[in-house]
Amino acid sequence: MAIFHNIKGSLISLTSAEQGAKHFGTAFTDKETNMAERNGVHINVRDLTHRYNPKSPLTFDKVNVEAEPGESIVIIGRSGCGKSTLLHIIAGLLGGYTGTNQINNKDVRAASSKWIMMFQAPHLFPWMTVEQNVGTGLRFAGWPKEKIRERVSETIKLVHMEEFAHKNTQDLSGGQQQRVALARSLVMEPEMLLLDEPFSALDAFTRASLQKDVRAISKHLGFNIVMVTHDIDEAVIMADRALIMAGSPGKMMHDLRVDLPDPRDRNDPEVQKMRAHVMQVFQEAAGSPKGSET
Amino acid sequence: MSNGDAKTELIDAGAGGVPSSQQSLAKSFGLSLFYWAAGLFILFVLWWIGGYLIEINPNTTNFKDFGPIPTFKAFPELWGEGKIQAAVYTSGGRLGAGLLIAIIVGIPIGILLGRSKVFRDLSNSPFQLIRMISPLSWEPIAVIVFATWNGAIVFLIAIAAVWPIVFATAAGLAKVDPAWFKVAKNLGAKPWHMVTQIILPAIMFDILTGVRLALGVGWIVLVPAEFLGVTSGLGYSIADARETLSYDHLTAMVLVIGIMGYILDSSCAMLIKKYSWHH
Repeated sequence: MAIFHNIKGSLISLTSAEQGAKHFGTAFTDKETNMAERNGVHINVRDLTHRYNPKSPLTFDKVNVEAEPGESIVIIGRSGCGKSTLLHIIAGLLGGYTGTNQINNKDVRAASSKWIMMFQAPHLFPWMTVEQNVGTGLRFAGWPKEKIRERVSETIKLVHMEEFAHKNTQDLSGGQQQRVALARSLVMEPEMLLLDEPFSALDAFTRASLQKDVRAISKHLGFNIVMVTHDIDEAVIMADRALIMAGSPGKMMHDLRVDLPDPRDRNDPEVQKMRAHVMQVFQEAAGSPKGSET
Repeated sequence: MSNGDAKTELIDAGAGGVPSSQQSLAKSFGLSLFYWAAGLFILFVLWWIGGYLIEINPNTTNFKDFGPIPTFKAFPELWGEGKIQAAVYTSGGRLGAGLLIAIIVGIPIGILLGRSKVFRDLSNSPFQLIRMISPLSWEPIAVIVFATWNGAIVFLIAIAAVWPIVFATAAGLAKVDPAWFKVAKNLGAKPWHMVTQIILPAIMFDILTGVRLALGVGWIVLVPAEFLGVTSGLGYSIADARETLSYDHLTAMVLVIGIMGYILDSSCAMLIKKYSWHH
């Protein structure tokens, strides 16, 4: 039996059956998902305004975002509305803004290893094996080697990459690399996972499987997800709330509750109905799509 | 997992092709070995022809010991007297010390060049100016500044070898994916981690390529630097052989220089192959 610590120090035990061939989306039952403690963070973004330099136009203007611990919020918007910039600011990776950016009622002043960002590309370190990549953050934190090995091994199992643990990451497919990046983030026991369209470069099957897995793991371990995307299907599968951003400078236009049971299947009529609703609101806010963006 | 299954299938499919792959590898290795030996053989033949032409010409026959046969005959004598070992040991020590100084100084400067725009802009003109000064032209100054000839020679090697390392390190850093720094910072990397666990492994290929170039430059500077002042080393041995008209000894020592340089360069190439993460 493998043991994975959640952030409050309690233990989440995953039987070998749960870690078997099945994906996380199906490995966790609804009961387990609903039982998850809310161990994430309270996000409080108030009147946030940003521009890249004094002469450049505003990226976004007076944006508000609030999320409860463990909540999964997805920000939807067209390219250029500032959603990625907003994510970097919430993560503490970007400054130069006015307004309030607080996590657990404290101003965010720098990046933290408790708020991990995943990018469109996995950005794995190619000179390391899969397990070395996953253990990077723990090595930075000065963990003893034995504990790192134990934790890394458990986390690699969580993302079903155990048979590739000793492989060089350059030998993996795009989806496998993104799973390693996910493990590298999860090993830090994040309170918040920030996702900057990390699945957009993957094929449809891999994307769908990773969307399910990440949501299931977040609900099981209780951390927040803050995701940006321009894919409404993805938003409906991943979100507890979908925030719609539009305009230039970007503004937060709508805050929609995505009240659907887990695990979510995109062919489920309820999911499709929600998708149609989000799409309609999005189009009203952002205008009709000029291409196949959504 | 579909991805995992697909990967396993690929690996299984690959397993069927292993024998032919091994045969192909063996064939490729055999061919490389053949070209290596054939190239050296051609060089030897050309040398032999040159030596023969020198010998049959009455005007140059005094220099017939430059040919390969007298040279190879001189080897056991020089080895028996311990001259080759002593010269290689002394010159190797000087080269190693100079190269070590160049690495210790060159890598941090290269990292600063790659990371700091202010330092890059500020150092560009002085570095380009100093870099273009022939290393051997520092010799009179080095002799005054350093108390011993040994110190002066090590300085000359270091000042010649430092530039390839500096610029290779900086160029390597310029190619590094900036997202690696962002990811590392997000995972809690301190500045020391950034250098030791991200920057150095990421640019190890470039650093070692710089060291390889530096080794070549250092080796080239070493011999003329040893022509003056010192009474030991490969350069001195050549100058001494010339003074005593022992042309066979002279050519033998030149050959030792070539062999040593070849071994050092090949070792560097092997290190580059071992530590390069590029697929």
